[in-house]
Amino acid sequence: MSVKHALLGLLSERPKYGHQLRQEFEEKTGDVWPLNVGQVYTTLQRLERDGLVESDEGDSEGPQKRFRITAVGEQELAEWLMTPTDLTVPPRDELVIKVLVALDIPGVDVRRVLQLHRRYVVELMQQWTRLKDDEGRYDFRLAFVVDAELFRLDSVIRWLDAVDGRLKREASEPRPASADIPILRRRLAVRR
Amino acid sequence: MSLLELRRVSKTYGTGPNEVHAVADIDLEVDRGSLIAIMGPSGSGKSTLLTIAGSLEEPTSGEVFIDGDSLQKMSHNDKARLRRRTVGYVFQEFNLLAGLTAVENVTLPLELDGVSAKKARLAGLAVLQELGLADQAARYPDELSGGERQRVAIARAMIGGRHLLLADEPSGALDQANGEAVMRMLLSACKQGVAAVVVTHEAQLASWADRVVFLRDGRIVDRTVPPPSAESLLQTGPQP
Repeated sequence: MSVKHALLGLLSERPKYGHQLRQEFEEKTGDVWPLNVGQVYTTLQRLERDGLVESDEGDSEGPQKRFRITAVGEQELAEWLMTPTDLTVPPRDELVIKVLVALDIPGVDVRRVLQLHRRYVVELMQQWTRLKDDEGRYDFRLAFVVDAELFRLDSVIRWLDAVDGRLKREASEPRPASADIPILRRRLAVRR
Repeated sequence: MSLLELRRVSKTYGTGPNEVHAVADIDLEVDRGSLIAIMGPSGSGKSTLLTIAGSLEEPTSGEVFIDGDSLQKMSHNDKARLRRRTVGYVFQEFNLLAGLTAVENVTLPLELDGVSAKKARLAGLAVLQELGLADQAARYPDELSGGERQRVAIARAMIGGRHLLLADEPSGALDQANGEAVMRMLLSACKQGVAAVVVTHEAQLASWADRVVFLRDGRIVDRTVPPPSAESLLQTGPQP
């Protein structure tokens, strides 16, 4: 997550103090991502060094300092918004790795491993859904964050279901011989 | 006492080498006020389980109790009465009658049960109002959106104070917002004392339930434990 750009976004409304930025960041992200003051000031210092924000001249350091976005900062913010987030490289997903490892361990019931994770993820989704039901209808920013989390967890469930289905089919249908594996797979492996 | 209880329920189709166990050894209890989701892939026996729970199909073995009464010990007529008065069904395809208006669709179960047309209409309008559909009462199904049609179907399932709602993939082809509206509606019915069972393959819908039961190859393989309060998410939530 880009704290840097989130702060630039908040400053694009009007000049603000550091503690104010921290508070607004947490409010506007539904209080889901806590941010410590140190993180805010380190980021602001870096932004100032790079000329993306400037602070009131002559004012004292620390919490009393007020920051404003510069023209360069505004340009950076606009470019960030319009740049697709890089999703080309698959993340090193521990769950995926765990299931792949489980496949090779003798005596491990992979479908049980899948179910254990499925239940855990559904239980998490129940909690997020409850949060959305309780508070999301009053705070639509929170509902956005909760939806993002629900869709992410939902995709994990779908993946678990797909693996489960494949394992079930695997039992009845033979796999193609390794010579039949398309060349593209090797290329993908290289790219990773 | 549970409103719905299934004890070692099994359903087998065919015989000998062609024998298929649609569901096997199902134990399930659903209390008043609770929403249970049954989650599983296609062919896992979800719909069979629901039709058995609603007395639309007989189990091969085991017993089903609704409000403490065994369905297996009921006469055909008693079961029909139970279906009209106690159990409400919501289907994926809504199953509304095209030639009837929204309110006429909703009141149909009452009229079939001998309630006067005038009384039924008043009850129908009240349920539609509760579900935010008062303005659509005189419209025909093809004049309603998918989300509205499903809400009419839920109104029809709830009318007459029926207290067991059985829903089969109730959000069907609805988009996320409408699917969510359907689940909110079922949840709010449960808060008024109804017991509801929803079968679905979608985790997002299932996550509205108090408990999720996982079905695989006709058997219950797992259940969620009641979740801790949502507050715990904010304390340990994802970090930046």
